[in-house]
Formats: sequence, C-alpha cells, structure tokens
Amino acid sequence: MQVHKYDVVIVGAGGAGMRAAIESGQRARTAVLTKLYPTRSHTGAAQGGMCAALANVEEDNWEWHTFDTIKGGDYLVDQDAAEVMAKEAIDAVLDLEKMGLPFNRTPEGKIDQRRFGGHTRDHGKAAVRRACYAADRTGHMILQTLYQNCVKHNVEFYNEYYVLDLLLVEEDAYREDGTAYKQKRVAGVVSYDLATGELHVFQAKSVIFASGGAGKVFKTTSNAHTLTGDGMGIAFRAGLPLEDMEFFQFHPTGLAGLGILLTEGARGEGAILRNSDGERFMERYAPTIKDLAPRDIVARAMANEVREGRGCGPNKDYVLLDLTHLEPEHIESKLPDITEFARTYLGVEPFTDPVPVYPTAHYAMGGVPTNINTEVLQDNDTVIPGLYAAGEVACVSVHGSNRLGTNSLLDINVFGKRAGVAAAEYSKTADFVELPQNPEAFVSAQLEGVLNGTGTERVAELRSILQETMDANVQVFRDERSLKEARDVIEDLRRRYKNISIQDKGKRFNLDLLEAVELGFLLDLAEVITVAALHRKESRGGHYREDYPDRDDENFMKHSMSYRDAEAVTEDIKGIRMETKPVVFTRYQPMERKY
Amino acid sequence: MSTELPEPPSKIELKPGVGGGGEVPSFDITLRVRRYLPEATADAYWEDFKLTMYGTDRVLDALHKVKWDHDGTLSFRRSCAHGVCGSDAMRINGRNRLACKTLLKDLDTSKPITVEAIKGLPLEKDLIVDMEPFFQSYREIMPFLISKGHEPTKERYQSAEDRERFDDTTKCILCAACTSSCPVFWTDGQYFGPAAIVNAHRFIFDSRDDAGDMRLEILNDKEGVWRCRTTFNCSEACPRGIQVTKAIAEVKQAILARTV
Repeated sequence: MQVHKYDVVIVGAGGAGMRAAIESGQRARTAVLTKLYPTRSHTGAAQGGMCAALANVEEDNWEWHTFDTIKGGDYLVDQDAAEVMAKEAIDAVLDLEKMGLPFNRTPEGKIDQRRFGGHTRDHGKAAVRRACYAADRTGHMILQTLYQNCVKHNVEFYNEYYVLDLLLVEEDAYREDGTAYKQKRVAGVVSYDLATGELHVFQAKSVIFASGGAGKVFKTTSNAHTLTGDGMGIAFRAGLPLEDMEFFQFHPTGLAGLGILLTEGARGEGAILRNSDGERFMERYAPTIKDLAPRDIVARAMANEVREGRGCGPNKDYVLLDLTHLEPEHIESKLPDITEFARTYLGVEPFTDPVPVYPTAHYAMGGVPTNINTEVLQDNDTVIPGLYAAGEVACVSVHGSNRLGTNSLLDINVFGKRAGVAAAEYSKTADFVELPQNPEAFVSAQLEGVLNGTGTERVAELRSILQETMDANVQVFRDERSLKEARDVIEDLRRRYKNISIQDKGKRFNLDLLEAVELGFLLDLAEVITVAALHRKESRGGHYREDYPDRDDENFMKHSMSYRDAEAVTEDIKGIRMETKPVVFTRYQPMERKY
Repeated sequence: MSTELPEPPSKIELKPGVGGGGEVPSFDITLRVRRYLPEATADAYWEDFKLTMYGTDRVLDALHKVKWDHDGTLSFRRSCAHGVCGSDAMRINGRNRLACKTLLKDLDTSKPITVEAIKGLPLEKDLIVDMEPFFQSYREIMPFLISKGHEPTKERYQSAEDRERFDDTTKCILCAACTSSCPVFWTDGQYFGPAAIVNAHRFIFDSRDDAGDMRLEILNDKEGVWRCRTTFNCSEACPRGIQVTKAIAEVKQAILARTV
C-alpha cells in the first residue's frame, strides 16, 4: 500500500471535478482520482445546453432563471442556492467561452441561445431562449474544454483509480449552546488502482467529491454503465446523510427500449410529442408551454398516455417524438447527434418518421448535502471542515424535487468552481488530519471478502433483478404497494449479495471485482431511494405517489435526510434513520405549479 | 438565431406501422475474442463464445453477455454505451470501431465475429491497452485555446462561419480508433498520429486562437504530419464521422502556406 499526500484531492473527473481542478490546481497541490479517463465521464453525454440569462437573443435576467429553477423544483429548492446558481451562471458560461468552448453563434457572433423545458420569460409567460449550446453535444464540448484546460494547467490525474472509502475521524466538540457533539473531520480517501490491484491511500487537507450519479440502479437509463453511485454510497457508509434521495428524474425522451438520451433541445428546436392517435397530447397537460413543460410533467404525461392505451407500436408501450415538420437542414445543423442515434440504434429516419421514445432514468436530484459553499454537512447544519461535494453527487439543493433541463451542466460549473476555490483556500489554513490506524483496512477486507467469496450468487444476476424491480416499482408512478414490493426485493438481494462469488481473482484490471463492489453501492442507494419514497406520502416534482397525488406543503415542505443507523427502523427497514431539514426560502412563496 | 416556426398541427394521421418494433428477432452468433490474461498465460489466444443475441444488440452487448453470464475474467473498457465517451474502441472483424455503436445484425453473423484490442498501443489484458502514449501525443500539441491580448469582459465574438471552420474536428472523443488504425503509427509509435493532429486542427483553425504557428511548428517535426501516407484508415475508423485525412491535409497545407 502506498500513501500519497496532497493539499486537495478531487474524486471524479467529470465536469464538476475538472472545473474544481482548474481552480484548485492553480492554488494548491491537487490530485484528481478518477475511475475513468477524464474524457470518458458522463458529462460528455449531455446534449442540449447550459442556461444562463445572457439575454443574447431576447430579454432575460437571472431573477427569472431563479424563479424557473425554484418552480421547476416544485418549491423544494433552497432558494439561496438557486439565486447563487442563476446569478453565477452568466460568468460560468463566459468562463467556458474564454477557455475555448466552441458555442454556436448568433449572426452577430455572440453565443446563441435556445429554448428549454421550464425556462420562461417573466415568471412563466412564455418559453425563453436561455440555453447556450454547441449543437447537441454541449456536454461533450464542456468535458473536452475542461480537460483541455486541465492539460493547460498541468493538473495531476490518477486515471482508473477507484475511490472506495472516505477516511473520517470524529472529535469531541461543543456547540455554541454548550451541547456536546461528535465533529467529523476528513483525513483522506482510499483508492484502488485498476491496473495493478494495489490500494493507495491519499491523505489530504481537503477532499472534493465530484463522482457523479447513480442511474444504474434502474434498468432503462440514459446513464453510463459506470454511474453506480460510488460517491453517495461511500458517504452514506461513512455515516453522512443523503438528502432527498426519493427524487429521481426520468428524462422524457429516451430512445424506446434502450434509454439512450434524445435531448430536450429537440423540443426546444420545435419537435413535439404525439400519441397513437397522432395527437399532440402535451396541449392537454401544459396548455401554455406544452412540450416544453418541465421533465417530470412531460414524463408523467407520456406514461399516462401509454397506460390509457394511447401508446404506439405493437405493444403500445411508447410515444413518438415528431421532428418531421422541421426543416431537415435545421435539424442537421442543430441536432446532428441525436438524429444519428435514432438511425443507428432504432433504424428510424427522423426527417421523415417520428422517433419512438419513453422516459428514461436520468438524474438524481438528491445526494450528499452541502451548503452553498459546497461544504458537506454531517447533519442539518454542521459543516465537515475540508470536505466538499459538487455536481450530481451533491445536493445543494438547487434542483429540489425536479431539475430543469440544462441546470446540471450549470450546477457542475458553478459549484465545481466554488468547490475548487474553497477547497484550495481551506488547505492553505488547515493542517493534515492524522490518518486512522490501518486506513485501508475496511477496503482491504471488503475486497478480500469478494475475491475469496465461494457463494453461488452471480453479480450480474442480482444487478439485473435490482434494475428490473426499480423500473417496475420506483419509476414515474409509485404507490405504497409498488414501493413495498421494491423494498422486499432489495432486502432479498442484500441477503443474496453476501453470498456472491466472482471468477476473476487477478490483480490486473479486475473489473469483475469492481462490478461486485459497485453492486454494493447500488443496493445501498436503491434501498435509500425506496425507503425515502415510501416515507414521503405526497407527490412533488419527480416523486409521484398515486396514493397521495397532491403536494402536501403542510407535512412535506422539507428535505428528507437519510442516515445509516444500525439502531433505527424506517418503513420496516432496519438500519436507516429518516430526518428532515427545512427548505431555505428567500423571496418566493410556494404556488400551485401549472404551465 | 433560431427561426420562428409555425405551430405544428395538434393532430395528424400517423402512417400505419409507424415506429416499427414488434417481435425483436433473435439469432445465434460466435464471438471470437482475442484473449490475453498475463497473470495466467504468457501468450494471447483466440476463444470462441456461442451466444444467442437480439436484433437491437451491439457488439458491446455480446461482450457483456460473455462477461456476465459465462466468463467474468473477460476484460474490456466501456462506459456510456452509445458512442460518446470513447471507451470501447476495438478491432471488430479487422476494423477499428466502437463496440457500442456496432450492431450485430449489421455484421455477417454466419461467420465468427472477431474482436481484438486496438493495435499499436501496449496490450494490458484482453481488450484493454495502455492509453498513456496516445494521450501523451495529444498533450504535446497544446490542446487548449491560447489567446493573446486583452480578455474581453463578455464573450469573444466569432462569426458562425468562423465557428463552422473547425466544427468537424471538435467532434473528437479521443477513442483512439483512428490513431490505432494507422499503419504508420503501428510501425512508428513516435508518430503523433491522426487524433493528435485532429485536435491540433481544432485549434489551428479556431479564429479565437493565437498559437497556430506554434502548433504547426510542432507538427512540422519529423514525427509530425509528414509521416501521414494518406491511407484513409483513420477516416474510415472514426466513429464520429470526422474527415480525419482531410483535416491532416489541411494542416499540411497550412504548414506549407506558412513556410513558403
């Protein structure tokens, strides 16, 4: 085992991690540990755009953007965080342009902007052109540009290093009112080098988690195979809370049956959804902004059309994304990649035929709780000094119960930058926290356990059962029966997981071993998602309970906080404790959410 | 700027059978994989797997089926599974392609489908190669915008035409399909290779960049663009449809225009 020492260690090299690294790397000795080569990160799959009220093509301002974000999140958004994001969005876009990002341009040569779901003029009057974009590969351009700038600034990467544990120590401390509590402090992380199978401990003054999402708890997902929620899982096991995990976004337009993303930018450019009657059904669900309603509303409308028998195809299990009324030249210049996806994977020519689509698991609104300075919280308000999180792994919360399209690319840039600056500055004033005895012991035992396992269960089979049950029971529509069904299946899988064995026993590039470890994270997170969903007996944003179809501000206008707690029992699950955290309001009072 | 379009009709007649679908056909294939397990055997060898696959399956699905249902030691990189992350470039039936973008039904399934690691980079295990030399070449061409003069308060302006000039080479996902298909690269690992030149092109022809001359100087090196023998392997291999050979030719012309 090797021990490395850095001022700042960043876990993950997607948009948030690399944006942080550009800041931190210029201020403090920084290492980025990433399980993938940086340019493989899933930021690169984002397509449509990044919103900022530049007002390059029509009147706009950041206050409207703030309002849209809060309303889009069904008022569970922390309003101070949304203000920060919408305000800093403008510089975030300009920063990227200055770093070299090739945005599409207006005839005058400014950054062009287009419409996106839920982004409106003057508090909902009409759709507004706010999304800055580079064709339908905005995420690709962001990822490449950030990597290019990391190369420029000589950022140190440890590629294919899987971080598997967070080293926290506890100290006795006293609050202002004199009560005693245990203050957690970060000492570093433990990582596994894929190439050699060796463990490396990284001691650091600051640690930034920027490890992305957990879409692979579902079967039909736009997420990469590698998005297994490692960061959230590690934090949860280390005793940190996870916030708002019941809120998972299903993107309306996944290629039917495959889940591959077709950008909302398509609807921003004029595409519409139709059912088997050829009807533009969003006119019924969101009369004002129709197909550009927020994702939760569109996804539910689609699922509802299908279950009321107006789905298309031989199994009537999808609806259609219609681009046929648009100019082929316009589609080709603005949406080249997604039209190619339709051709490659479904054999559909989108110029002449509508494309089969169905909601696909896309984004975790919840995650590791942080304040607006990206500092991780160990409870509702106690900061862990030196520990930061940004991007999908984190919950600031700017997305509340439903994220607006483009706000994730914004989130990673705004809060990635904040994390990089804050972590580096903190490291200048702080000392290293002493590593615990045998810091690698937990990971070492975990890996040995899997490698030496002689059980009869197969990782792939358990994962597939998990994903099937999450798709069937914890998707767009949920109720007590479906959630309990999922919970019971997950409990059974957790028992079976103790009895797994793998075939690859080697040291080099042992992805068989890592898939087993990743399944452990997926099971933990699926359980938290399901228990939190059972616990929230209302419908809000991306969480829709058929047995509680209304939003219930009186009882549930609050964030959920799930803790691992051996003593606690929640929804008949031993080991999870649920608490709540107040939502931060600044100037927007909750209203009924109509579009 | 987007043009205003008339509202599409609220209701249309759909063509019969729209969207296609129905029973997805299944078929049997033989996947012939070039195995290399350095901890077990000294040499690489071919191994056949007989699999039942479906009409929408890609080569990546077949590899997953082997790994998940038959042999967990089979090792390969993959992530996004739809052709944007660049993890799974490999040689499929002798051609460099992304496994996640190659549909099995588009290959000749009456014969074994061969899958092996890309060539020219050190083999690590099964389909995994050491990507470091590839990224080293990329880093050497200074793949970042270098702009002199005062930084504007807002964005730099760039005309749509100037933006279009380098659009093709911005699509690169650094999968190495091009570079590892190049016969010059196979015999001379020092050659920058097509991917590095593509990424240099992306900046040389960006009107906002001021370091084109420096990059042209780097690529005028004996291991630079002049090693290219215009065999077009790279253009054929590119899963993003980048006209790689054309980009290399444009860089060559820019060097000549500069030195003449």
